Amino acid sequence: MQKPILSLENIYVDFERDGVISHVLDNVSLSVHTGEFISIIGHSGCGKSTLLNVVAGLVPVTMGAALLENKEINGPGPERAVVFQNHSLLPWMTVYENVKLAVNKLYGHSESMKKVHERVMNNLDLVKMTHARDKRPGEISGGMKQRVGIARALSMEPKVLLLDEPFGALDALTRGHLQDTVMELHDRIKATVLMITHDVDEAVLLADRVVMMSNGPKATIGKIVDVTSPRPRVRRELYNDRSFMGCRQEIVSFLEEHDRVVKFEPVPV
Amino acid sequence: MAFDTPKLVTGEASVPETHTKEASPVPARATPRDPIALAQQKQINAAKLRKFADKVSTWLMPALTIAAFLLIWEVIANAFPGGLPAPSMVLMESQELIFNPFYDRGGVDKGLFWHVMTSLSRVGIGFGLAAIAGVLLGAFIGTVDLARKGLDPIFQVFRTVPPLAWLPISLAALREAEPSALFVIFITSIWPIVINTAVGVRNIPQDYLNVAKVLRLHPVEFFFQIMLPAATPHIFTGLRIGVGMSWLAIVASEMLLGGVGIGFFIWDQYNSSRMSDIIVALMWVGMVGFILDRLVAMLGQYVSRGTTAD
Repeated sequence: MQKPILSLENIYVDFERDGVISHVLDNVSLSVHTGEFISIIGHSGCGKSTLLNVVAGLVPVTMGAALLENKEINGPGPERAVVFQNHSLLPWMTVYENVKLAVNKLYGHSESMKKVHERVMNNLDLVKMTHARDKRPGEISGGMKQRVGIARALSMEPKVLLLDEPFGALDALTRGHLQDTVMELHDRIKATVLMITHDVDEAVLLADRVVMMSNGPKATIGKIVDVTSPRPRVRRELYNDRSFMGCRQEIVSFLEEHDRVVKFEPVPV
Repeated sequence: MAFDTPKLVTGEASVPETHTKEASPVPARATPRDPIALAQQKQINAAKLRKFADKVSTWLMPALTIAAFLLIWEVIANAFPGGLPAPSMVLMESQELIFNPFYDRGGVDKGLFWHVMTSLSRVGIGFGLAAIAGVLLGAFIGTVDLARKGLDPIFQVFRTVPPLAWLPISLAALREAEPSALFVIFITSIWPIVINTAVGVRNIPQDYLNVAKVLRLHPVEFFFQIMLPAATPHIFTGLRIGVGMSWLAIVASEMLLGGVGIGFFIWDQYNSSRMSDIIVALMWVGMVGFILDRLVAMLGQYVSRGTTAD
């Protein structure tokens, strides 16, 4: 078996606030291979965003190590580009300028203006947003903003693409379209992707493996399922696919089981 | 935005056109008795009337209040002769000043336009320096928490010092009238700029900071690409307060420093007991201050377009 591109080894994350230490992640280990699509699912507050932020370098680990290509991650960087939940486009720049900011920073000093322009346009083309290149984020819909967010992240040519509940704020139809786009992009550019979600169907539809997290505090990986349904996947056919439905069922029961644990926990006074 | 009138939502002419085409099968031959067409006609008329009334009242109301103000003033001034001159007196006594602001007979005997220009150029220099220094300083204390903790108490005390209280110190230190006037403007207008910029910088959304971190923008790139645009609305709030205060400061300090300038002019006319001239000068001061405020507000709106859209 090939060496993993990303490996998380016994990661612990504690946060301290007003002298009170809360243990968010407790002994999380995970290996991700090149080209793999991993979905991370769990109840809200279980620390799945913290885990993604560890990989992004935005949250430091308390113990353990996160390695990208065998080098320790300390601090954020473009090789681990993030698509944030609320798009995080800069509202004073046009769609084009938002992507160009990233391209310029990474390639501006080594490539010609023309090449930079081509890169921006190629990435906008990948998410089908070239028509809105001169619009500002305030003038386009939520789904379009998220597309531009994806284009900006892709333009950094990341080794691992991190998606932090990218479709959480979108309506169901737009969500479906964007899932298709992400699936298509993943097939096309063979990106390694780590995606946080709380939508079971979305997790299974997109992923090669679904990582289920137990509830926090002291959250850890409870279970991992392999999604063996062949690619390319078509949404409407998957509901007749036995292995897809099996995965789905497994995740739903895992989540329900952990839901109960939370409910019966005594409330501290 | 006290002077922006709220826009009434009116039907506009486009509504009935499209509606008749869709609603009635033969729009061109709609008879006057057609109830839909009649109702629509009524709506258009009402909308037009509202729009017209809105426009008229925007101009008419200020004119009415000014007229009433002048009338009351005239009556009171005539009732107590020897005090303030009535508006009619002002018009008579200060004719040249009112109708010819551009004359220049050498020395300080100039039209009000020239006095105002001198004062404005002082404001331009003093306030310009304050804007640059204020934004930089504000960005610094907005980013570096230790700097904020150390400097904020000092700023909070300094900003309450009245402009004129700085004048003796600056005269003693700088020894000349002109740089002292500039210093007073600078020191008066810098505090709101510093404080507002710092607030704006501290309130930059975490999302933008994360974007900058992932891209590994270096400090200069971060300053121009993220910090300045994100803090622009706050910066312009500070600039707007600052320009108002610097206009206050210059008029007051010129009264003490002498030379040319609208503040000096007012003091000079007071010494020769020409009240009418003072009243005319006051109008200029008010108008110029108003225009300055509007200019900075408009510039702010233009520069920060889009920055608040989400």
